[in-house]
Amino acid sequence: MKQTESVPFAAVPAPENALLRIEDLQLRFGPVTALGGVTMHALPGEITAIIGDNGAGKSSLTKCILGVYEATSGSIYFNGKPAEVKTPHDAKELGIEAVFQDLALFDDLTLWQNMFINRELKKGIGPFSILDKRAMISRSDELVRGLTVNVPDAKRTVRSMSGGQRQAVAIARAVAWGSELVIMDEPTAALGVRERTEVEDTVIGLRNEGRSFMLISHSFDQVMRVADAVWVMRQGRAVAHRRISETSGEELVALVTGAQTT
Amino acid sequence: MSSDISPPQAKPIGRQAGIASRHGLTKEQLGMGAIAKWAPVLALIVLVIAGLLASPTFLSQGNVRTLLLSSTILMILAVGQTFVISTGGIDLSIAAVAQFSGIVMGLTFAAGAPIGVSILAALAAGTAAGVLNGFIVAKGRITDFIVTLGSFSILSGLTLLISNAKPQTVNSPLLTRISTGGIGILSFMILIAIIVAILGRVLLFNTAFGTHVLAVGGNKKAADAMGISFTKVKIGVYMVSGFLAAVGGILLAARLGAAEPTAGSAYQLTSIASVVLGGVSLFGGKSNIIGPLVGAVVLTGVVNLLNITGVPVYYQPVAVGAVVILAAFLRRYEK
Repeated sequence: MKQTESVPFAAVPAPENALLRIEDLQLRFGPVTALGGVTMHALPGEITAIIGDNGAGKSSLTKCILGVYEATSGSIYFNGKPAEVKTPHDAKELGIEAVFQDLALFDDLTLWQNMFINRELKKGIGPFSILDKRAMISRSDELVRGLTVNVPDAKRTVRSMSGGQRQAVAIARAVAWGSELVIMDEPTAALGVRERTEVEDTVIGLRNEGRSFMLISHSFDQVMRVADAVWVMRQGRAVAHRRISETSGEELVALVTGAQTT
Repeated sequence: MSSDISPPQAKPIGRQAGIASRHGLTKEQLGMGAIAKWAPVLALIVLVIAGLLASPTFLSQGNVRTLLLSSTILMILAVGQTFVISTGGIDLSIAAVAQFSGIVMGLTFAAGAPIGVSILAALAAGTAAGVLNGFIVAKGRITDFIVTLGSFSILSGLTLLISNAKPQTVNSPLLTRISTGGIGILSFMILIAIIVAILGRVLLFNTAFGTHVLAVGGNKKAADAMGISFTKVKIGVYMVSGFLAAVGGILLAARLGAAEPTAGSAYQLTSIASVVLGGVSLFGGKSNIIGPLVGAVVLTGVVNLLNITGVPVYYQPVAVGAVVILAAFLRRYEK
């Protein structure tokens, strides 16, 4: 599915159907400029990768999108509308969820408790309401059943699961609540080969169902395998954009290192 | 380029060896882990056997009833302490809150208020002390240990100040009935402890608040990321602890017939000891209610056994301390 041409960065127009559009986003900490005017976009139903060397601004950019940092200037549009993302709560309200590098899971809680943490289903009235465990267990089983990774039943604690299963739980949770966009920061960095493949297949499967992802990765191989489009960041700016079908790992390496500029 | 080839591993022998291998534990460590998991039950069994060998009266109906009755206040405080420890905190002020609440009840009663109002005043005082503890821990970003150590000192001093260091007699038929009466073979004191335990279990494992308590204790950073309010959770657990400390203070006054400003000081250590012995992680996130209740019975039983076998009273804290250190040591091996 080809939606934009692979052309030099300055000429990439954001399509009208862009899910996320960022214009001239700047982030400064006193004299330090973390983002020097990022302009980029992500399309719905796609996996949009962001790559770049350490310190290129990938994490700063995602933290602005997630409301962890408030941008100094610039604009964020979500579903075509201007979006005020000043706090993590604002991002959640928009339907943007994140899979954190450390997963943000609770080892001694069960899978269903992790899935519904701070969004618990309750039965009863007001202060006398108790958890609707049956509904949450059933819903959690449904959510993880569709994943490529074979996750055990929802009553198991996360501690008893493998790295791949834990990652799958984190992704399933983000997908369950992030109705619009799931941002994943190095989602397979700590996994073995087999588990990494399972997680990638899970993400691709969810993308094929129409889910949208933003993938921050150091692995060019992974980006080539998984993503639909990629943005290259260097020194706090998005310096290049490519459709994956029209680029190569070698070109991405050249763009990241600066050997190729656009 | 990562490799598909895993390093060769020792061949596991049997199911246990397989589990041990997966978790990087030796079989010996697994055995210790099982002991740690069942520590409260094993401790109870050891206590019963030791009691049988040491004194024929230990397991007599009368002594068992006395032992359970003596355990009730500690059980109630242990439930409160469990909530705080489940968040990774510790409440060193729990005995001082109980004493303060008891004295508040005694003074209110002495001022002419009905016993119902006096009990409510005590509950309000304990709850308020708990809320203050939680608020300072959460908003002041001061560690639980220091805050509750400070409030222990403040409340102990206040209790002595407002009571002139004198017991406050509470001649109330209601309190007398609570401390001496019961339904069938169950005394009211034990019934109250059972009700507190059931409500504590429901609150910890069947409500969103309880899940958040375990989440904050298990992984605070993740809890923050998931939007769980650390302040609400901390104030909540100290509120529970303060309220139950007040219940303990009221029951202590009921048993003694007076609110004593220094009675029950030992609960500061034994409430924590019961929780540790009961299998609750001191780091938070992993909890239960039954274990601390059994822990409370075991610790009270140790003291009871020393009493009926005529061991000098000074050995009691030595024995309690040894049991606690042993329990904490075993926790190291728990998976």
